[in-house]
Amino acid sequence: MGSMKSVSTAVGAGLCVMALAACGAAGGGGGGGDGSKNVTLTLATVNNGQMKDMEKLKGTFEKAHPGVTVNFQVMEEGDLRSTVTADVANAAGQYDIVTVGSYEVPQWGANGWLTDLTEPLSDAAYDVDDLLPPVRQMLTVDDKQYAVPFYGESSLLMYNKDILDAAGVSLSDRPTWQEVADVARAVNSSDTAGICLRGKPGWGDMFAPLTTVVQTFGGNWYDMDWNAQVNSPEFVEAVTFYTDLLADAGEADPVSYSFNECLTALKNGKVAMWYDASVAASMLEADDSPVKGKIGYSHAPVVKTEEAGWLWSWNLAVPKNSKNKDMAVEFVKWATSKEYHNLVGEELGWSLVPPGARTSTYENPKYQEAAAAFAPITLEVINSVDPTHPGVNPQPWVGVQYVTIPEFQDVGNQVSQLVADAIAGRSTVQEALDKGQEIAQRGGDAQK
Amino acid sequence: MVTTLAPAREGQVVRRPAAPRGIRSKLTLPRMLLMPALVISIAITQIPFLVTIYYSTLRWNLLKPGDRGFVGFENYLQVLRSGDLFPSITATVMITGLSLVLSVFSGLIFALLLDRKFIGQAVARTLLITPFLVMPAAAALIWKYSMFDTNIGVLNASLQAIGLDPVAWNTQYPLATVVIVLTWQYTPFMMLIILAGLQSQSKDILEAASVDGAGAGRTFLYITMPHLRQYVEIAVLLGAITLVQVFDPIAIMTKGTGGTKTLAYLLYERAFIGLNVGEAAAYGVVVVILTIIVASVALRTLFSVFKVGASK
Repeated sequence: MGSMKSVSTAVGAGLCVMALAACGAAGGGGGGGDGSKNVTLTLATVNNGQMKDMEKLKGTFEKAHPGVTVNFQVMEEGDLRSTVTADVANAAGQYDIVTVGSYEVPQWGANGWLTDLTEPLSDAAYDVDDLLPPVRQMLTVDDKQYAVPFYGESSLLMYNKDILDAAGVSLSDRPTWQEVADVARAVNSSDTAGICLRGKPGWGDMFAPLTTVVQTFGGNWYDMDWNAQVNSPEFVEAVTFYTDLLADAGEADPVSYSFNECLTALKNGKVAMWYDASVAASMLEADDSPVKGKIGYSHAPVVKTEEAGWLWSWNLAVPKNSKNKDMAVEFVKWATSKEYHNLVGEELGWSLVPPGARTSTYENPKYQEAAAAFAPITLEVINSVDPTHPGVNPQPWVGVQYVTIPEFQDVGNQVSQLVADAIAGRSTVQEALDKGQEIAQRGGDAQK
Repeated sequence: MVTTLAPAREGQVVRRPAAPRGIRSKLTLPRMLLMPALVISIAITQIPFLVTIYYSTLRWNLLKPGDRGFVGFENYLQVLRSGDLFPSITATVMITGLSLVLSVFSGLIFALLLDRKFIGQAVARTLLITPFLVMPAAAALIWKYSMFDTNIGVLNASLQAIGLDPVAWNTQYPLATVVIVLTWQYTPFMMLIILAGLQSQSKDILEAASVDGAGAGRTFLYITMPHLRQYVEIAVLLGAITLVQVFDPIAIMTKGTGGTKTLAYLLYERAFIGLNVGEAAAYGVVVVILTIIVASVALRTLFSVFKVGASK
């Protein structure tokens, strides 16, 4: 009985603390208006390295703007997406600056949820034309730019040169998927898998690389009239290729594997090749990486298209209902400026400069030296991807490895679960994609 | 747990005579003082449910701010038409049922072992309780990376040590994966409740049984087991309530594939991946209705079966 009482007291105390924390957070967002001296900017962001570096360096901005405090709220990608979506969609106004993926920016921009940044970015010192054109294109709707890329990425094929050399095989700078599959099967052994490919269900997990495979095989999610194409012969051929490759020469437990798991496997020599985000290169070449200097990088493998890399960026945007809009725009400009890139280089190290955002970064000799292994190919791939027409046939949306409609995250997620069943052998690829077609068609019908 | 519940049960049975008028007026003030608490608890438990019912009649996708309106029962029809509901009910029943049976069974075995006197008993008990104290998300991550992993996982290393092929747990056996983790987590909980039951057995009766010449097996079957019945009942009831809501191992390991999309995970998907507030609310209402039916019919039947079995 006594212990029960103390438990309930503890729970009560816990609730009080949580309630206070919530009030504190809400109060912080509203602190100060545009005219007053003390301004608190609340920034919601995702928990990866480049964002944490920004938090470390925010003091420089605060020193240059007396009275301004920037408050970081760092979250997991999934949490960030649902929290920020709910906040922005309901006009709750909790955040002055939000970190938004390139999938959401055009949709939110069109919904009128984000501040149009075209005019504020036009001053000469900021040099908006220095932003990588394809990345900028993804963030623009009807000539209005709604967000600024903080960092951008494409996808690369990465391979362990030692393992390929030992097996007497090699890869060109621009391989085809057939060549990659042959090499994967040739180097596959009981200790080392031939290739690591994402198999974890989710539109942003499995379907990021898989959609690029589908597109280079000539398939796509929808045609120009929003008819679903998920069980078209090209889509089925691509997914069959992917699942066969996984079964013959992939990692043993694909449903458990996404970016982080594959990164670990390649670092530890458990896989010979890996097709994933270009941002992985900076981690493979980091000082503590056991495979530093041993990795080769190629363009994303292709079949029918010239280029098959994806395009993604994490961007900073200012919600329409922010109470400190002017100062928020000021911060967004600072965090994506040339000056900020230099600051990261000088303070934290040149290999940590946010990649895939500014052309001038790639022209900086210090960055070129620190990121020699991967910087040139990253820039080359990002600049050659066409987000308006990545596949063989034209598409009615801008975006490579996703479809820029609200229904897609649901459609992609459900179809990826069906494909996971096919990977595990619980269904055939054709059965999975026939079901997927129905799900995708419901999403397509909503666009008509 | 059991001792705190017992007086409450008796309190319901005893009928108090109506209070005389004087006492009733004395009770007015205490009742008035209770009102704020009562009103607040009704407000925080019932109003969200009413709001959910209202949402379930709307066409409302968070990403489509302009397109919001009343659709009547359309969302409920979509719930029934989509074909996700019944597989999800099966998944919930399978995962909850299997984990319950396995954790009660292994909890019973561990409780019997712990009920003996041996050196280091306290240490063993603490170690056995540990899995229940680990946060569910942390437990799922530990299992994913250190136990099930095909390269470095303990389970696959042991399989390879005895000459078997490694098993791709999450890909090939998602249901078993989730059930194993839940059984590992809930065995200590069952063990503690059953252990409390074992230790509350009267030594006199056990002694009388041995004087009458009953062996260990018979004593266990005819004296210990019936005595444990009510402890197992309460363990199953509490375990079922928490296991039905399981979310973490599914979100972290299987992502709802291969018959592991429980109602809790399905609801999460509809609300936070589909961002479809109306449909998610309809799923929520359907789940509440199903839970009420199950709670009022199935549990009552289940426990009456227990009681009939005991009286024989």
